[in-house]
Parts: sequence; structure tokens; C-alpha cells
Amino acid sequence: MQLEVLKYMAAGLVMGLGSIGPALAEGNVGAKAMEAIGRNPEATDKISSLVFVLMAICESTGIYSLVIALIILFA
Amino acid sequence: MEAVALAPAVLFTIGSLKITTTFILQIFISLFLMTIFLWVAKNWQKRPKKLQLIVESIIEFMFLQVDKVTTNRQKTLKVFPLVFTLFIFILTSNLFTNIPGMGAWTILTSEGIKTPLFRSVLADYSAILVLTLITVTVAQFVFILTQGFGKYLKQFLDFSGPINFFLGLMNLIGEIAKILSLSFRLFGNVFAGEVLMSIITALVPFILPLPFFVLTLFSAVIQAYVFAILSTVFVSANIVIKE
Repeated sequence: MQLEVLKYMAAGLVMGLGSIGPALAEGNVGAKAMEAIGRNPEATDKISSLVFVLMAICESTGIYSLVIALIILFA
Repeated sequence: MEAVALAPAVLFTIGSLKITTTFILQIFISLFLMTIFLWVAKNWQKRPKKLQLIVESIIEFMFLQVDKVTTNRQKTLKVFPLVFTLFIFILTSNLFTNIPGMGAWTILTSEGIKTPLFRSVLADYSAILVLTLITVTVAQFVFILTQGFGKYLKQFLDFSGPINFFLGLMNLIGEIAKILSLSFRLFGNVFAGEVLMSIITALVPFILPLPFFVLTLFSAVIQAYVFAILSTVFVSANIVIKE
């Protein structure tokens, strides 16, 4: 196999495998936040501002794999 | 389709200093922000007009958010100037590329590749690395100033037991990981947005890119907010207010 083909395959694999974890984690954060809001609607403001930060933290492994994929493709 | 490159295009060089497209836009954004904020500060009125209202509402929103994270008004007053500067700079430079027509000006680089003249500032990794290094360095200095140098060293080199020694080394790795995680998060989001937009507009130029534009605007605001809040957490965790 040529190096170019390997590069594209590696980038695809990195993104595909790397986004499983963040997807599950973010789904979990969202689901639990909705549950909490449903149980206690007055706390919506407090919860929703935390949800954004927590989602961004969960996202970071996905972002790492994205950066690695971009480096494989373009650098 | 425009070429996607990690490094920004070099316009000209002064000695060995490369002047890139992002550098020029960065200086422009800084001047733009400074003019607005200085003007508002100079023409401050008790009955605010349009511009003052906008600026004050942004500041108040961010102040309340930071206050919620630190849960201490004194800490907030100490952290807020740094955090708000980071927030407003990231927000403006993210929104700047979404002004219609900004991507229309293109230049030919020395290698003969067409690149946009006004490229998103934060799609250049060095800009983000500088912002992150400022935050993390300030966090270290704040720790030394409020809790003393001995305690700062003891955080990393603890000889009271084998487990404590190992945990100290883990703390050291954690500080380095902060730099990487904070900078890669912002860089990945902004750069991925750029790549996504250039691919979508090359495939289908009309109508289909619209939801992606909305997504880009949304993530521009969210990422600026998240970066500011995370740097608040890093810095304010190291401050100890003496009673």
C-alpha cells in the first residue's frame, strides 16, 4: 500500500474511533441534565451553564483525535 | 476549493520575523477592541446609549458567570480582568471571520497557492498557544504569590512517602496537560469549523451551508465562553483569600 492511502485510512480511523467516547459522554451529560431539570425546573439556569462547560470537557478527547487527523492529513 | 493549511500564509518578512496574515488581523482586532472600550470608558454616561449598553451587558453577563464559578466576590474581582480580556478577544476574532465577504479576498503565496487574506486568527495554533500560556503562567504565579514558594514546590516534589512522591509527579504532568487540553480544544474547534465550511461551500454553494453557518456562530460563542470559564477555574483554584 502507498503512503498516501495509509494516511487517509489512518485519518478516517482516528476520527471514527475517537468520536465514540465523546459521543457517549456528551449524550450522558445531556440526558442527566434534562433529568435534573425535569425534577427541579427552578435550577435550569445553574444547570445549563454547567452543561456547556462539562460538554466541552467531555469533547476534548474527540478534539484531540480531530487535531491528530488534521495533522496526518495536512502537515 | 481553497487550500487548507495548518500554517498561515506569510505576507512579508522583517529580518527573520515572518509577518503572517493572521498576525495582521490579530493586531487589527486588538486595535478595534481597544478603541471601542476606551471610547466607552471615556464617554461614560449615567444614562447609557447604544454602544455603552452593549458593552456593559457583555461585561455584566461575564461577571455574573465568573462569580458563579469562583463563588467569592473578592476572587472574581482579581480574576475577572484577565478572563474577560481572553473572552472578548476570542469572541471577536471568532465572529470576525463570519462577516460576509471576509473570505472573498484571496492572495497568492510564494508557493503559488491561493489562500484567503483574512484567515481566522485562532486557526493559527501559535496565537492560541500564547493565550493558553498566559493563563497557565498566571495561575502558577498566583499560587506562588498567595501561598508561598515552598508550598508551590511541595506540590510537585513531595518526599514524605513513595505514594506522595508519585502523586507529585502526576501533578507536574497535570500542569503540562492543562496547556495541551486548553489550547487543542479551541484550536480543534476553530480549525475544524474552517475546514468544514470550505468543504461544504465547495460541494453545495447555496442553501445547504446555512445550518453550518449557524453552527459556526453558535460554537464561536460557546468556545469563547468555555475557554474563559476554564481559565477562571485554573486561576481561581490557586488563589487563597486571607480572612
